[in-house]
Amino acid sequence: MKPYVPEYVGTVTKYVFVDSPNTTPQDIATAAYEIAQGVMIKETCFGCQITGSPEDVDRIISHLRVLDPYRIFIKDRGFPPGDSRRCRADLGGARPGYLGHEYEMSFIRYISHGLEETGGMNKTSLKKAAGQPLPLEEPLDADLLEKLFSEET
Amino acid sequence: MAKVFIYPATSLILSDLVARFGHEPLGSALSIREHVQTPGFDSPPIQMTSEDPQKGLKWAAVEVPSGIRGRMALYGPLVEEAEAAIIIDEPDLAFGCMGCARTNELLVFMLREKEMPKLELRYPASKEEGVTFVAKIKQFLKELEVKE
Repeated sequence: MKPYVPEYVGTVTKYVFVDSPNTTPQDIATAAYEIAQGVMIKETCFGCQITGSPEDVDRIISHLRVLDPYRIFIKDRGFPPGDSRRCRADLGGARPGYLGHEYEMSFIRYISHGLEETGGMNKTSLKKAAGQPLPLEEPLDADLLEKLFSEET
Repeated sequence: MAKVFIYPATSLILSDLVARFGHEPLGSALSIREHVQTPGFDSPPIQMTSEDPQKGLKWAAVEVPSGIRGRMALYGPLVEEAEAAIIIDEPDLAFGCMGCARTNELLVFMLREKEMPKLELRYPASKEEGVTFVAKIKQFLKELEVKE
């Protein structure tokens, strides 16, 4: 066993995702670099990663959100960029962990549309829109399952 | 500002919407960050120590596999801290090994059992459902502000 000395203690890392016809990941990264002031920015294919003190990261994020408010999405990341336990430069090959993001990015345009629509809603229309059904998937009925089994035989 | 647990805990959409509407999303990244930034002994591959399954005993019994108890050491404190929760029903992205599946079941059970405001919904499959999805979350988070 050897002592573990963590890097970037006290920092936060955030992912910035963009899915827009008007704003590219490069635009996002450039805008972030402009006001970085020493904060670590890593440009990626989906947007960028920002690592720094919580105040600095919040400052950059609020600046980036203005660029394309309905199509920029931000979330926390546990590991800092380039961490040898997650970075594919050390692991070799594709890294695991983006499957969830890939899945959500496949329908994130619906969320962008939702944000755009609800952005201009007043209290009453928001309540009305929130009251619309979004039915959950019903679990398969046991009797139906039994019937399906018996049909097979 | 309320602390809102999001399920799936790695969800980009939920994390963004909760933060966007002025609350604090509680997801797995926060626990992972705490683990990664805490000095101690080197414990590859991702700094989970042998103490974590012991911590997980608080939420899962001793006969439960250590993988689940280890995962609960990450999620359990967040659930205890949570003041509200947004749960996606049967999310495809949470599909994983048995350790993940059982942890997810336990996690959703704990969230449903805890007395706090909860919103259960599923991912949208069309533009119209996207509006409903966002409106439901926005309304839920606005109501949290009122309760505070």
